[in-house]
Amino acid sequence: MATKVVIDPVTRVEGHGKVTIHLDDNGAVTQSRLHIVEFRGFERFVKGRPYWEVPVLVQRLCGICPVSHHLAAAKATDQIVGAGTGDGLSPTAEKMRRLMHYGQIFQSHALHFFHLSSPDLLFGIDGPIATRNVIGVALEHKDLAVQGVMMRKFGQEIIKVTAGKKIHGTGAIPGGINKNLSLEERDKFLDGKDLPNVDQMIDWSQGAIDFFLDFHKKNQDMLDNFSVFPSNHLSLVRADGALDLYHGVLRAVDSEGKKIVNDVPCQEYYDHIGEGVKSWSYMKFPFILSLGQENGWYRVGPLARLNTVDFIPTPLAQKRFEEFRAYSNGKPSQICLHTHWARLIETLHAAEVMKDLLNDPDLQGAELVRTGTRQEEGIGLIEAPRGTLFHHYRADENDQITMCNLIVSTTNNNEPMNRAVNNVAVSQMTGQKEITEPMMNAVEVAIRAYDPCLSCATHAVGRMPLEVSLVDSDGAVIAEART
Amino acid sequence: MDKKIVATTSLAGCFGCHMSVLDIDERILDLIELVEFNKSPIDDIKTFTKHCDIGIVEGGCATSENVHVLKEFRKNCSTLIALGECAIMGGLPALRNNIPITECLEEAYLNGLTTKDNNPDRILPNDEEIPMMLDRVYPIRELVKVDFFLPGCPPTADLIWNALTALILGKEMDLPYEVIRYD
Ligand code: SF4
Repeated sequence: MATKVVIDPVTRVEGHGKVTIHLDDNGAVTQSRLHIVEFRGFERFVKGRPYWEVPVLVQRLCGICPVSHHLAAAKATDQIVGAGTGDGLSPTAEKMRRLMHYGQIFQSHALHFFHLSSPDLLFGIDGPIATRNVIGVALEHKDLAVQGVMMRKFGQEIIKVTAGKKIHGTGAIPGGINKNLSLEERDKFLDGKDLPNVDQMIDWSQGAIDFFLDFHKKNQDMLDNFSVFPSNHLSLVRADGALDLYHGVLRAVDSEGKKIVNDVPCQEYYDHIGEGVKSWSYMKFPFILSLGQENGWYRVGPLARLNTVDFIPTPLAQKRFEEFRAYSNGKPSQICLHTHWARLIETLHAAEVMKDLLNDPDLQGAELVRTGTRQEEGIGLIEAPRGTLFHHYRADENDQITMCNLIVSTTNNNEPMNRAVNNVAVSQMTGQKEITEPMMNAVEVAIRAYDPCLSCATHAVGRMPLEVSLVDSDGAVIAEART
Repeated sequence: MDKKIVATTSLAGCFGCHMSVLDIDERILDLIELVEFNKSPIDDIKTFTKHCDIGIVEGGCATSENVHVLKEFRKNCSTLIALGECAIMGGLPALRNNIPITECLEEAYLNGLTTKDNNPDRILPNDEEIPMMLDRVYPIRELVKVDFFLPGCPPTADLIWNALTALILGKEMDLPYEVIRYD
């Protein structure tokens, strides 16, 4: 009898999604899908709004990484006010924005690792549901939980002094920034009086990588073989090939490391990227145009970034990066769960960058905004915690938006997440008589590795409980289970 | 004292309100001494396993599924809190309220710059597995009775903390001007 398994919603993933897995009479998986069940309509309703509203409006797509939307939109509006494409801002404005962005990368990565992923690592994919969450971590591994909380707090405090507010700030404006960093604000992050300082953040980030490596040593088999498949990888890289999360050119490599999108300017993104649509998901399916929808899909995010860049421009993270690269013999890593490793290396990099920026006197500069000749169009790309984020607007002579095109980070990972779900479903559920909670959690673990912010991907957000129905081929429900 | 049982959900919200709950930082360790979380996106509990004292709702209702979840919350929670602008008034998603939903769908799936040449069959998402979009985004008080409204986009962590602890401990809420904001 044919069976359908439904996981709805997927929890500890930030978004509104649901998984269905169809099994045939012999228990073979015939189809697996990750459905995104929310839609916002942002592209349409932003039309007619004044362009300067966009950086504060659009971040309300996603409260998990609002800074990324805030900055990508600001970068697009920089162009509209004639301040150029990334190099036209004053040093104070650019560095304040970078500090804001790296603060956000740091807090988001900490949140992801400690709050969302560590429960699976500490308690196991088949651990009891009651403890398999951040509260369980807090109760049983208090030190680790406190570290996670303090790392997130540090990043949020950085966002507060650069953006004005921890969530949905207003710091970036077309052509620059609306405040600089006072010495008093700066010292809070250096002197360690109110809050563990930036050196402590670097240490804890190192510790988190060691924690992962130690876990890896003990669970190598599970980590290295869980949902592995080859793919293309895409991210921004700095012009010299360095990791740069704020600005760069667009690069994609194939599974062997060959460049398939070769460092093209952000302004040309639409010559290289297209998006397909499927009836069963509100989330679109991006791909590299020259390869077509079938072969041109790619991954974005920490793993993809460490696969596309040539090096990391801070010393401690570079060392960790070399270990990471060596593990896959210099080739792109295709190991899904090594995304956690890559994420922690980026966390360390973000801490190092924040330290450098905090010590940079340009942050106390007085030139906050630059403008030039008004342009009709603006395109802003940024590496959000979860991957490349594309914002594109046109504004008419009344300053009203006439066109808006967004490709958000998680959307780029739509096809890989669907493949990951299918992979796990095939390996865990084929021929099984009973669908157990650990099997369903395994599906979620695969999704969680991509750190989907499904909310913003549908230009929505959310939460996800899990519900399983076994449905026979006539569509009658024969059994139901809930977790 | 028995722990109070708390459930949370995000309907048509951006999750920023949930993030603001996490912004209570270290106090989260105190919070888990006071409450037990039931159905919530921060744990793996997907459906109500018992009656809850407090339900916290982020976001308004944009789909049939949002309405279903909201009604479940009202049924299973003694006290229901609308957390943030979206739950209280619809928030940013409600900007679509004076535009026909088909126009929104067409803009995203048919006319988008990177989509228009790649959707030859002019597909709009419409599968039975995905919920129906409502004609507009509804504030939650238009659908169920709401006991408390905490304003802000998102409400500040201090506001959330003060309100929650007062409710849990049965004290009067202390909500000074500084912790309340309306943006
Ligand atoms: S009120 Fe603001 S922070 Fe809360 S869900 Fe809505 S947009 Fe997000």
